[in-house]
Amino acid sequence: MAEPAATFLAEAVHHQWTAFPELSNLCYVHGRPAGSPAATVTVPVRPERAELRVWEGIEMVKVGRAQVWRRTSGAAAPHRYSAASLVRHGLTHEPWPRVWRQVPLRPAYDAVIVGAGIHGLATAYHLAKDHGITKVAVVDRGYVGGGNSGRNTAIVRSNYLTPEGVRFYDRSVKLYEALSAELNFNVMFEQRGHLTLAHNDSSLRTMVWRAEVNKLVGVDSSVIGPEEIKRLVPYLDTSTETRYPILGALYHPPGGTIRHDAVNWGYARAADALGVEIHQGVEVLAISTTGDRVRGVVTSAGEIATPIVVNCTAGHASLLCDMVGVSTPVVTHPLQAAVTEPVKAFLSAVVVSGSLHVYVSQTDRGELVFGASTDPYASYSTRGSLEFTEELASHVLALMPGISKIRLLRQWAGLCDMTPDFSPIMGITPVEGFLLDVGWGTYGFKAGPASGEAMATLVATGKTPELIAAFDLARFAEGRLVGEKGAASVGH
Amino acid sequence: MIQIPCPYCGLRNANEFASTGEVKPRPDVATATPAVWRAYLYDHRNPEGLVTEGWYHRAGCRKFLVVERHTQTNEIRSARPAGVAS
Repeated sequence: MAEPAATFLAEAVHHQWTAFPELSNLCYVHGRPAGSPAATVTVPVRPERAELRVWEGIEMVKVGRAQVWRRTSGAAAPHRYSAASLVRHGLTHEPWPRVWRQVPLRPAYDAVIVGAGIHGLATAYHLAKDHGITKVAVVDRGYVGGGNSGRNTAIVRSNYLTPEGVRFYDRSVKLYEALSAELNFNVMFEQRGHLTLAHNDSSLRTMVWRAEVNKLVGVDSSVIGPEEIKRLVPYLDTSTETRYPILGALYHPPGGTIRHDAVNWGYARAADALGVEIHQGVEVLAISTTGDRVRGVVTSAGEIATPIVVNCTAGHASLLCDMVGVSTPVVTHPLQAAVTEPVKAFLSAVVVSGSLHVYVSQTDRGELVFGASTDPYASYSTRGSLEFTEELASHVLALMPGISKIRLLRQWAGLCDMTPDFSPIMGITPVEGFLLDVGWGTYGFKAGPASGEAMATLVATGKTPELIAAFDLARFAEGRLVGEKGAASVGH
Repeated sequence: MIQIPCPYCGLRNANEFASTGEVKPRPDVATATPAVWRAYLYDHRNPEGLVTEGWYHRAGCRKFLVVERHTQTNEIRSARPAGVAS
């Protein structure tokens, strides 16, 4: 331990003060000039007040009841989660290491990924793991998983309408199935089955169409009748006396729910262990170019030189594209969701109704999570509205009258970058080195692993993988839309 | 909740209206190429700030309006009938 405790503490405070509000009250941290080493920060905490403890690969400073942890050995995470490590920590009270480092921004990287959500983190993880490119920074003006990766309703499925879409999302489901083992982090993926209800002839016809496309690509989907639906979800009103009788459903057994925070944290931890740097609270202010080439990024924490910028933002994708003059067909709409108080487990499958603009699933804690269609106007506001709650409640009760007494706990909104064909935009742009992984509308979370894998291949090899070739930006100018509206949204 | 000051009906809730999106000039039918039409259809500014957009008062006077709105705060600056110069 070469550094005096006060300097170490200063660095720790500077990088982690949000996690330790108690400590930031004790200390005063001078603002440091962008890009300067954190060691220049001065903190008027007397070193004798700080208790320093050192273990192998980790250090801890304790001031009063507040503790700050720092990993000291290289990039690799020293810890692998297992039953044995749980028992060892339980018996010895050894500290759990922080799961990703907080390091100062370097002046240059091989690639900068904007957005520390599932798409950005998965791209960084696959860059490091599949291609050995580890000099990568993931920057986010907020925090890991603080955008739509933590605001979605955590549904995973692949029962889409176009062969391109089905193939792509099926790859994602396959990656999700193996994700817990891959990341050494329990992401709690539960394939409980996914039901898309049809309330009229035309939607039943679309369900049959989707089922046939799915079967052709090798995805398990079929159309089932009201009796089978009733067996799977006994609390659904399958009577014929209702305003929107249930005529059938597209049943997709591999679909289910996952813990979205765990996916974000798992990817962040695994990417960090491979050497990727995650910079939270760093906002991209501008992207500098020479001619039609990316040269670097101007951030709120200083300038970075990089040949490659990957736009993995959601909700603000077009604003980042504006920085380099790339025009996209994205329009940002809020989408609201809500959650109820927890009740005893009664709903196994995920139930979706396009006609009623609602989807519902029950979490492991017992809460019902509801999502809806996007708000019907473009906005960057994430405020909730009463119209949403009213409409949601009436539609949910039309499906499940029995839950009328359950109270809503809270509602929130995320920002969806909608594209004209309800398919994402992945790939190259007219600006060399500026890559897009945007336009994820209402279907971005379930696509995270597959898009991360494909985008990493694109960054590393410069060639667009066949899996995402149909989703390029040029398709709008060339009239090659991948129409997914019938399967991607509930707002039609 | 957004409320839109309809010049015909007064202050009404936004769910009475349908948003018709950004107001932009329609290409000249005689000369527009497919590329121009596609740009007109698909390329949107999508700014985080003031926009001039169309709204249709479908559950009211059934008139088309031109509304100035801030997309971050949803504050409405003005609303006037479409086709009337500001």
